[in-house]
This record gives sequence, structure tokens and C-alpha cells, in this order.
Amino acid sequence: MEEVFHAQTLVIIFFGAVATYLTRVGGYALISRMERIPPRLEAALNAVPAAVLTTLAAPAFLTGGLDVSLAMLVALLVGLRLSTLPMLAAGWIVVMAIRHFIG
Amino acid sequence: MTSETSDEIRDAFRRAVPIILSASPFGVLFGAVAVDNGLSMAEASLMSLTFFAGASQLVGVELFSHHIPAWLVVLSIFAVNFRHVLYSAAIARHIAHFSLLQKLVGFHVLTDPQFAETERRGESGIRVSFVWYIVLGLTIFVPWQLLTILGAYLGNLIGDPQAIGIDVLMPIYFMGLVLGFRSRSNWLPVVAASAAGSVLAMKFVGSPWHVSLGALAGIAVAALMPLNGDAADDAVSGGLEKEA
Repeated sequence: MEEVFHAQTLVIIFFGAVATYLTRVGGYALISRMERIPPRLEAALNAVPAAVLTTLAAPAFLTGGLDVSLAMLVALLVGLRLSTLPMLAAGWIVVMAIRHFIG
Repeated sequence: MTSETSDEIRDAFRRAVPIILSASPFGVLFGAVAVDNGLSMAEASLMSLTFFAGASQLVGVELFSHHIPAWLVVLSIFAVNFRHVLYSAAIARHIAHFSLLQKLVGFHVLTDPQFAETERRGESGIRVSFVWYIVLGLTIFVPWQLLTILGAYLGNLIGDPQAIGIDVLMPIYFMGLVLGFRSRSNWLPVVAASAAGSVLAMKFVGSPWHVSLGALAGIAVAALMPLNGDAADDAVSGGLEKEA
């Protein structure tokens, strides 16, 4: 019978979970110790969403292949006007169409 | 329940829908890859419950099978998740009013979309209540657990993610989140710097460091830009921030 838990795996999961939780608490713990936030730090914090989320999308655009790039371009144009769901639908349709009809 | 609270709950549910849709293939994929790499279904579920961070879960299970020392697997997981340090620093101003317990619970569900939605809500001048925050978080958390189990059941049935086109969903979803912040000052230079930084770092340093290095490039640009002149923009688009 297959074992439900393995010791080595459990150790990795435990420390991985702790490391993950620490990253989620860490920034808050640091910033909440400051009495006031200097303007340049505030400007930096304001840039966090665009700065981090871009790094999760940009590499796929440049290295994911022409089909992925085209799908993302179409989704970008859709996204300038419409919300996330139409973006996802448009990008998915484009990438599936290219893969089926062009290969 | 006040009508304000029910409005908040409804808003949180509404915002969770596209998040779940774009993340669900990856939840299933994680469950399938985990079982494929020798994890039991219980172990895969334990990971989804205690990490709740898709990319690092996939990286983690990929490394499990390669006889890599445990500390290196944990370090890789930490590297993939390092961006959350920036998230928790950035949302501090919006959740400072949570109780200690609310914060400790809330941080566990601080995912990419949770962060983006919290920032957007706080920026638009609406108070980020714990009810709204936790309903959004749990509406993503619970399906993530179910999808992990589903994926573990399906096992290898999914095959190649490219064949069913799910590989484009996540980048498009993140691009949508980035677009949502385009009224912020210095948005375009920040996005350009992060994009260039992440691509260069991926080429010369390797994944997952491209996330942290690319993000630092964008953040550095924002910190070094002239401060005068965008104060007026902030008053309009930033609304009630910490001064309020």
C-alpha cells in the first residue's frame, strides 16, 4: 500500500510553508516599524503592483513563442477597453486558433 | 448583516470569479504534477493548504523528484515567493486597522490577485475591511484546495498544458492586473523597466530570480523619478492614502 506521508517530503513542505508565510509577513513587519514613510519609499511602494506583476507577464511575451505573443497582444488591446474575463477569452481563442489552424 | 457588509461580500465574490477561472488550470496542473512526481494526494493537499502559492508549489514538486538537497528546494520556494515581501509592505497602509489575529490569518491568503485587488480597493478610497479581504481570500483558497484534489485524481490525463491553451492564461491574467494600475504616476516607466529587467535577468541569471530582479528595476525607477509634479496626480488618482 502506498504511504500517505513521507518524512523527507513532510520536512520540505513544513519549511517551504514557513518560508512562504515569512515572505507574506516580512514586508509588513518591516514597514510597520517605521514612524513615517519617506516620500521616495512611498513612491517605491506605489510602484510595487506594476513592477512585480509585470515580471510575471513580460517574459512569457518575449520567450513564449509567436503564438503566445500574438495572443497576449490581442488580449492587451481587449484589456484597454474591457475587463479581465474578455481578455482571457480573447487570448485563449487566439492561441488555440493559431495552434489548430497554423500549427 | 448590514447592507454595507453584504455589498462587500458581493463585491469580493464578483472579483474572485476571473481569479478562480484563470488560476483553476494551474490548481489542477499542480495536483497532477505532484502525483506524477511521487507525492501522495495527501501531501499535495497539505502543500496547497500550507503554501497557497501556485508558482512555488509547482517549482517545489518539480524539484522533489530530482534528488536535490532539501535546503535547496526550500530556498527555491523562498526565492519564488520573495515578491510577497513587497506585497505585504505595500498593503500595510490599507490593512493597518486589522486586529493582530486578522493580520496573521490575512497574510496567509496574500496571493498575487489578492494583493492587486486590495491595492486597487484601497487606492480608490474604499476602506479595506477584514470581511471583504477574507471573503475574497477564502473564495480563492477553497477552490484551490478542491482543484488540487481534482488534479491529483486526474493524474496524467491532462498531458501537455499547451495543447489545451492554458499556458497563456496566467500571463494574460497578470497583464490584466498590470493594466488595472495604469492611472498611477510613473506607470509606463515602471512597467518598461520591470519588463526589461525581468527579461534580462531571466536570460543572464535565470528563473525565478527574474521576478525579484525585474521588480527591483521597476521599483528603483519609481523611487528615483522626480517627486515634484506627481503629487497632484496622486491627489486625484491615489485618493485617500495614509494621510486620510
